[in-house]
Amino acid sequence: MNFSVVVNQFWPLLINGLAVGLIYVLISLGYTMVYGVLRLINFANSEIFMVGTFATVIVTRDIFKYTSAHEALHGFKLVATLLLILIASMLFSGVTAVLVELVAYRRLRSKGTNRLASLISAIGTSIMISEGVRILTKSAPVPTPRLLTKFNLISIGGVDIRIDTFLVIVSAALIFFMVDRFVTKTLLGKAIRAVSMSEETSKLMGVNLNRVISATFLIGGLVTGAAAFLYMQVYETTVFNVGFNLGLAAFTAAVLGGIGNIRGAFYGGLTLGLFEQYASAIIGGQWKAVTVFSVLVLVLLFKPNGLFGEAIQQSRV
Amino acid sequence: MVNLRDKGAALWEGWNRPKRVAFVIILIGLVGLLPYGGDFSFTSILNTPISSYQAVLVYPVGMYVLMALGLNIVVGKSGLLDLGYVAFFAIGGYTAGILGTKTHLNTWEILPIGMAAAMFAGVLLGLPTLRLRGDYLAIVTLGFGEIVRIVALNTQSIGASTGIPSIPTPPRTFGIKFDIMHNTSYFWVVMIMILLVIWMIRRFTVRRPGRAWEAIRQDEDVAILMGVPILRYKVWSFSIGAAVGGAAGVIFASKTQYVAPNMFTFNVSVLILSCVVFGGMGNMWGVILGGVLLAYLPERIRFISNARQLVFGIALVLIMNLRPDGLLPRKKREKLGAAKKAGE
Repeated sequence: MNFSVVVNQFWPLLINGLAVGLIYVLISLGYTMVYGVLRLINFANSEIFMVGTFATVIVTRDIFKYTSAHEALHGFKLVATLLLILIASMLFSGVTAVLVELVAYRRLRSKGTNRLASLISAIGTSIMISEGVRILTKSAPVPTPRLLTKFNLISIGGVDIRIDTFLVIVSAALIFFMVDRFVTKTLLGKAIRAVSMSEETSKLMGVNLNRVISATFLIGGLVTGAAAFLYMQVYETTVFNVGFNLGLAAFTAAVLGGIGNIRGAFYGGLTLGLFEQYASAIIGGQWKAVTVFSVLVLVLLFKPNGLFGEAIQQSRV
Repeated sequence: MVNLRDKGAALWEGWNRPKRVAFVIILIGLVGLLPYGGDFSFTSILNTPISSYQAVLVYPVGMYVLMALGLNIVVGKSGLLDLGYVAFFAIGGYTAGILGTKTHLNTWEILPIGMAAAMFAGVLLGLPTLRLRGDYLAIVTLGFGEIVRIVALNTQSIGASTGIPSIPTPPRTFGIKFDIMHNTSYFWVVMIMILLVIWMIRRFTVRRPGRAWEAIRQDEDVAILMGVPILRYKVWSFSIGAAVGGAAGVIFASKTQYVAPNMFTFNVSVLILSCVVFGGMGNMWGVILGGVLLAYLPERIRFISNARQLVFGIALVLIMNLRPDGLLPRKKREKLGAAKKAGE
């Protein structure tokens, strides 16, 4: 136990917590949106994230031919390159997500079978993807060339905010805002919300169910891909099972905020990210997962619909 | 597709008692002789290329079947999705490790203690969490499984990441030796435990707890309205499943003579759950088949060693898509009864 660290390191921990929390927010959207429409845990989302991190590496290293030794990029060229890489990893993850839906869920859904069958089929898909990548990479961690020279962007009250942390916080918040607007304002967003309220009724209202579900997976995948890109800008290394712990934490965040609830995922992710930083500062990093899950159990005991309620889904205790 | 389970059940219903007894004895006898299957030329196809065949029969095959039967009580019978079943396996294993190295108790004396410890953990976890809705239960149990592993990983007194080495093997019992050279004896122990669990499940199924579990699985609200104390029966189901996992853990620890946190990862929970769903949730024979196949096949196809998990993933997806209720689905009791009535 080391409480003084919280007082000394309050602001740096806050900034880190925000960055980690926002990455959780983006990944948890992949869980929460799919759960909203299908009522199923999207087990392969951690693999979709992993595909995104590898897409970032491949595009940076093999398509743009950057190596770690290249000269630093500046100005417009840097922004344009980063944007292209971001879009590429979003596309990779998005396509993977749509394929996962086709392979793991569609046939089982049309048969109307038990939910556990879909779960196992999703687990199978997840094993397939991660094992495929493991064999291709020979289980070795893969580094990505550094594009963003890491310098301290601003210093507020003695706290340095690095450029990559800043990038994560700003772009993740922006992406979340865009998804939220999309789901609340557009016709497709309306259809997604309709399906998550009642599949039957929305079918009667002329909603093309398969299209909406594919679109949900696509959006979830795109956002998860963006999260993967941001993650790679900070941590710069990936491995075939990189998604496991992050996926677990992101799912916890989704449940914390009330699964199926998009804004809930935002608050849940931030809460989890901040809590994780402070808790591991106090009692040591190795207990991080334990504290996270203990909080989850406590929250579910006293507020079984998550901290912020299940806005979309009917709740039952 | 043909429901093999129903066909088998119909055949069984048609037999009289002596026929049934004879069938069961022959079946048990054949299974008991399985460890010798690798010794003859015409059955040597059973042999696994890398690990010893007898060892494979104990772990993973026997252990997986045992644990899948235990998990089937929770997932298949009462419909509670438990993604952290490995926790109970770990608790059993660590109980055997701690008591075996620090006290003079032998494996048979530790076995009930390990089961009690796992059961206690099941009640402790179950009482607060079984009030939750299905998917939340899944994530909480998943978290519990990880917590148990992380606690083991970070506690110096139980060896942290190196685990507990040199756990004693069971003593010589009824003239049967237990050590690393005698995998067959372990296989028989596991087989007897599996038989006991099968017997227990069969008893439960036709009695009040079994009916309560069935009601909870089919419709919780209706079960509450009919006066089923659902929390009590859920906790029972959970802790009985846990006890089976704990028993498997004790035997596992005394067989490998060594436990470490990295043996009890989330993957094990997923594998056991896959055995249950793959074989046919809720149906004991399906679960046994699922356990045997999913434990044995990866060992048998070790020659493609690097890709065997990949093949496993593909197989899971394929089978679930082709037979969503598992290889041998749950018995359609209503249907059989109706057919019988129509025939009379």
